[in-house]
Amino acid sequence: MSAEKQGVKELIRREYQQGFVTDIQTDTLPPGLDEGVVRAISAKKQEPDWMLDWRLAAFRHWSEQTEPEWASVHHAPIDYQSISYYAAPSARPGPASLDEVDPKLLETYAKLGIPLEEQKALAGVAVDAVFDSVSVATTFKKKLAEAGVIFCAISEAVREHPELVKQYLGSVVSYRDNFFASLNAAVFSDGTFVYVPKGVRCPMELSTYFRINSANTGQFERTLIIAEEGSHVSYLEGCTAPMRDENQLHAAVVELVALDDARIKYSTVQNWYPGDEQGRGGIYNFVTKRGDCRGARSHISWTQVETGSAITWKYPSCILRGDGAVGEFYSVAVTKGRQQADTGTKMIHIGRNTRSTIVSKGISAGHGSNAYRGLVRITPKAENARNHTQCDSLLIGDRSAAHTFPYIEVRNPSAKMEHEATTSKIGDDQLFYCRSRGLSEEDAVSMIVNGFCKEVFKELPMEFAAEAQKLLSVSLEGAVG
Amino acid sequence: MLTVKDLRVSVDEQPILNGLNLEVGEGEVHAIMGPNGSGKSSFAHVLAGREGYTVTGGEVRFDDQDLLDLSVEERARKGLFLALQYPVELPGVSNLVFLRESLNAIRAARGEPALDAATFMKVVRDKAGQVNMSPELLKRSVNAGFSGGEKKRNEILQLALLEPRLAILDETDSGLDIDALRVVADGVNVLRSPQRAFILVTHYQRLLDYVEPDYVHVLSGGRIVRSGDKSLALELERRGYGWIAGEAAA
Ligand SMILES: Nc1ncnc2c1ncn2[C@@H]1O[C@H](COP(=O)(O)OP(=O)(O)OP(=O)(O)O)[C@@H](O)[C@H]1O
Ligand SMILES: [Mg+2]
Repeated sequence: MSAEKQGVKELIRREYQQGFVTDIQTDTLPPGLDEGVVRAISAKKQEPDWMLDWRLAAFRHWSEQTEPEWASVHHAPIDYQSISYYAAPSARPGPASLDEVDPKLLETYAKLGIPLEEQKALAGVAVDAVFDSVSVATTFKKKLAEAGVIFCAISEAVREHPELVKQYLGSVVSYRDNFFASLNAAVFSDGTFVYVPKGVRCPMELSTYFRINSANTGQFERTLIIAEEGSHVSYLEGCTAPMRDENQLHAAVVELVALDDARIKYSTVQNWYPGDEQGRGGIYNFVTKRGDCRGARSHISWTQVETGSAITWKYPSCILRGDGAVGEFYSVAVTKGRQQADTGTKMIHIGRNTRSTIVSKGISAGHGSNAYRGLVRITPKAENARNHTQCDSLLIGDRSAAHTFPYIEVRNPSAKMEHEATTSKIGDDQLFYCRSRGLSEEDAVSMIVNGFCKEVFKELPMEFAAEAQKLLSVSLEGAVG
Repeated sequence: MLTVKDLRVSVDEQPILNGLNLEVGEGEVHAIMGPNGSGKSSFAHVLAGREGYTVTGGEVRFDDQDLLDLSVEERARKGLFLALQYPVELPGVSNLVFLRESLNAIRAARGEPALDAATFMKVVRDKAGQVNMSPELLKRSVNAGFSGGEKKRNEILQLALLEPRLAILDETDSGLDIDALRVVADGVNVLRSPQRAFILVTHYQRLLDYVEPDYVHVLSGGRIVRSGDKSLALELERRGYGWIAGEAAA
């Protein structure tokens, strides 16, 4: 028995498997944030003036804001002057061809299970690799270009496709949107840009792998995906960071635009370093993600599996503007140790016959705290809107907590709303039952949790569903007892 | 195969088993009967390793090992199986997944390779047919919303699939209709073999009409107060437990 408990402890200790640091020369701005830093970032990216002006406007706006306090999370005040806002592997800025990428970086991504050499890559998946503040490589660009799909670093898009960036950047999440969105607009360093032209079904899964490596740096990436009329695209992001004792800030903005009959599927497997058992270190993940279903019958689907980060604060949302637009949100959020998550979605129904579906699965273990916060708003013109919300919490152990904050605003009487919520706990009797059939406690927990999450996992692209399941099992190893 | 010597168990300082002795040999079928609250389920749970029971004395050996030293899953992997009086629900976990994971865990412990999906499906369909279980129940969540009888059938299906060396059935016959009772009895009879032993906890002679036990024991006040052959069960059916309590006290 005690030998086994020992085994469990070992597992807890080695459970975060992406916690290594890559030893690489970096070009880093000193900590602190003022206009000079914003200008320096813009200069490093060789940006046009309109981009710099936008950043500066955002910075001025941010300077007048204070951090929001409404989320159900607790942390010591963040000193924004002690963070460095730019870190990039030395050599040249911007991604080059794959042969020019520093072998140390290729090695890092290979170690994370993301080989960047195209011949070794997962079939049918193109990757943009973002390391600290810059995109270091983007695979399959040529193949995608043949289909007319633009898939590149956003800093490259600012230079190469300024008309598209100008038209859409900030059109879904303005730099005035919220504190973290303003900060991001001022200092965002890289991220991914996707443009799918009219009628094109993107021939590959697109993905970005975000890696924070440097200490004391924040990562502020910005992703912009535009799906023209009748186009389809599926995009996935993954994230990891080394284990460090200080907290690190990650404040991203993601904007999606879907025009008539377009379809965007956006999946996230978030595994930032969560901090240790005592709550030392870990990433503060404060993210603004929003999709604009601008066109009629457009469809945006968010799927997220959130297992990492010390604090997660994110509400991927859909503005259902076009008539007949569909928004979906499928979420699994796991908190254990001292992790805190306040996550959910907003579905804003504006067009007629718009539909939204929300499936949220929160899992709390240890001292983890998990809050679902969701808003469904039916505006007066949204005739015949429908929403279905299902919000389930699973508790593991006696010290974890789950909260749900559903906000519903209905201004059109034709709306049909359904809301279901459950809270359950993995019981000792369930664990005993599984173990008496030969399963280890870990396997039993993982089986029960996977069963709990399966409605969400089936929404993930096939290549990643198994990965997410594995991640969840690893993440919950040793969560009981 | 199983030797229980002077087993003493309490829950929250409250003694529940007070010097229980039992010897089960390979291939034997033992019936344990006894009044409500006499400690039958507690005994079964202690054998399976359920937490919450404190062993205050005595010993249990299973094939020359100290059974009480093993974790729940180790006992299962060594061939001990407990069909629960109240099978537990696992919402969201597909019965098929549960059966496959269990079978593969047990197979791994026996040094056998995991079954591939096709073979597993064939095996599980066969066994489900044997216990008359509708394929629909295989796809549903484990025991969730199952009727009482369906849950018991599911326990017998697991028994048939996992092929343990010692199976303990805690009132698997309670609350069953006649057909389901036959299924349970047939399940036991089919699996009965010179290498496999059974402990049947039951309140009713009916089960023993179908499964003929080698021994019948009466558990009362946390001890086995009387043992005999199948005729003891018939006598209990006629006379109840009062006379034994009287004799035991005398
Ligand atoms: N976890 C527990 N906590 C407190 N008391 C318990 C616990 N488990 C068993 N007991 C007590 O131990 C005694 C024996 O219970 P047990 O369930 O073993 O009886 P049983 O012989 O199986 O009865 P039945 O025929 O009704 O199934 C009862 O008095 C019961 O209340
Ligand atoms: Mg009982």
